[in-house]
Amino acid sequence: MKISEKEVAHVAHLARLHLDPEELVRMTAQLDTILSYVAKLDELDTSGVEPTTHAFAISNAFREDEVQESLDRSQALANGPKQNGESFVVPRII
Amino acid sequence: MEFETVIGLEIHAQMKTDSKIFCGCTTSFGSPPNTNTCPVCLGLPGSLPVLNKRVVEFAIKMGLATNSTINATNQFARKNYFYPDLPKGYQTSQFDRPIIEHGYVDIEVDGEHKRIGITRMHMEEDAGKLIHDDYEPFSYVDLNRTGTPLLEIVSEPDLRSPRQASAYLKKIHAILRYLDICDGNMQEGSFRCDANISLRPFGRDELGTRTELKNMNSFRNVQAALEYEERRQRDILLEGGSITQQTLLWNPDTEKTEPMRGKEDAHDYRYFPCPDLIPVEIGDSWIAQVRKTLPELPDQRKSRFLREFDLPEYDAAILTESRELADYFETAVKRYAQPKKVSNWMMTELLRELKGGSISECRVAPEQLGELLDMIEQGTISGKIAKAVFGDMLESGLDPGIIVKKKDLLQVSDESELLAIVREIIAENPAQVTDYRNGKTKLLGYFVGQLMQRTKGKANPGLANQLFNKELTG
Repeated sequence: MKISEKEVAHVAHLARLHLDPEELVRMTAQLDTILSYVAKLDELDTSGVEPTTHAFAISNAFREDEVQESLDRSQALANGPKQNGESFVVPRII
Repeated sequence: MEFETVIGLEIHAQMKTDSKIFCGCTTSFGSPPNTNTCPVCLGLPGSLPVLNKRVVEFAIKMGLATNSTINATNQFARKNYFYPDLPKGYQTSQFDRPIIEHGYVDIEVDGEHKRIGITRMHMEEDAGKLIHDDYEPFSYVDLNRTGTPLLEIVSEPDLRSPRQASAYLKKIHAILRYLDICDGNMQEGSFRCDANISLRPFGRDELGTRTELKNMNSFRNVQAALEYEERRQRDILLEGGSITQQTLLWNPDTEKTEPMRGKEDAHDYRYFPCPDLIPVEIGDSWIAQVRKTLPELPDQRKSRFLREFDLPEYDAAILTESRELADYFETAVKRYAQPKKVSNWMMTELLRELKGGSISECRVAPEQLGELLDMIEQGTISGKIAKAVFGDMLESGLDPGIIVKKKDLLQVSDESELLAIVREIIAENPAQVTDYRNGKTKLLGYFVGQLMQRTKGKANPGLANQLFNKELTG
């Protein structure tokens, strides 16, 4: 097994996903299949190969430090589940 | 048992750029909520970040100013967690390949010099701001600050006392301000500090269990919080208890550290390289170019002040703590070339009147301070009157010459004018005169005081002493 139910439950919690017991079993089996498939890559000898984070051999895409116009507040707030015209409104934190 | 305190600091410095780190929204402070946002900093699907070049330049500057290694290749990573002030569900930060590593700064506490290591510095984005409703069970999210560039500066656990921690914090603050890459305002949160602190029996290498302190928004609070926590941990250990690893908030009202309320998840950030941002490559020529733009730094300036102005160590240290204060001093010295006298005035009158505020808000220009000191030197006004004039200058911003003329404060150095008053006073105080002549010479102060009263403090004190001496003994 590449992953345990306990690990799946932990990751689900971190992602704020609720899995019922039956889903947990199913997800663990599916994730295990995926991880086993990807583990095939472990067979390659990659010692001496720099870790790659991108497929493109480019670096340094910058923008200059120039201010551009921001969104209208009404637009910025439009997609929030709850807002009061000024701010997003969320259940009280702390 | 004797314990050794071990402290490490994590500093978050907002970089003084015009626009945010990954988008063109302004970083200006104090706008109405949610008016400085765009699809990138709101974390809307499909938007892509592009790195602000100036943030990299600022980080290189800080790296060079702290004797650090600038990593030739560095990479952004995603730090994953959920919180309402973080719209993307992750903070774009750096993890295993930060831009800066292995630096140091030197600090001094009570004449003892110490080198403090800097583990790393990395670029990241700030989160938004939450405002909690006082009555309703709601919090309000303002995302204006989201995406403001931060440089996180992590020290080695090299600090051995709250005072060392405070000195280190001030040094980093001064360097950032000299470089002009952070405005350093702790109250507004543009310069923030968290601390890790643990105690261990003297001589042991292994570190004790640490606590993390947050919410210390002034230099004073950082030191007070660390001192409190040092005592708290020592008391627990002396009673045979053990320290719980936890995050504590400093409460400046009760002057205590308190556990953060609410359940705290174990940190599990699942960092991974950010696929939206390609690596940053920093070649030698770029570093050389940035190096050319470095200003004189606090340590260098302090050495120069010692050398050039022959100031005591203490004066030089205080005057170079901020770039503005040092600039002020140098400008004042250009007008009145007696560095020690300028320094004395700045460190007593000026700093006291500023009450911890910034010198840039002072209404007295350095040239005006120089002029005031010159007026004392010339005998135009007495030192005592000068203090009153200075108070007036702080309020009005007027030249000292104008104030002196307007308020008729010119020092009276005219011998015949003073002599007349001296004789009056002697005539009116026969008993004191007899006492004086019988050896109670301390009474000279009384006579001079009388003269000062009658001349509203304007009599030239040296001349006044002389005249009384002559008249009373003669």
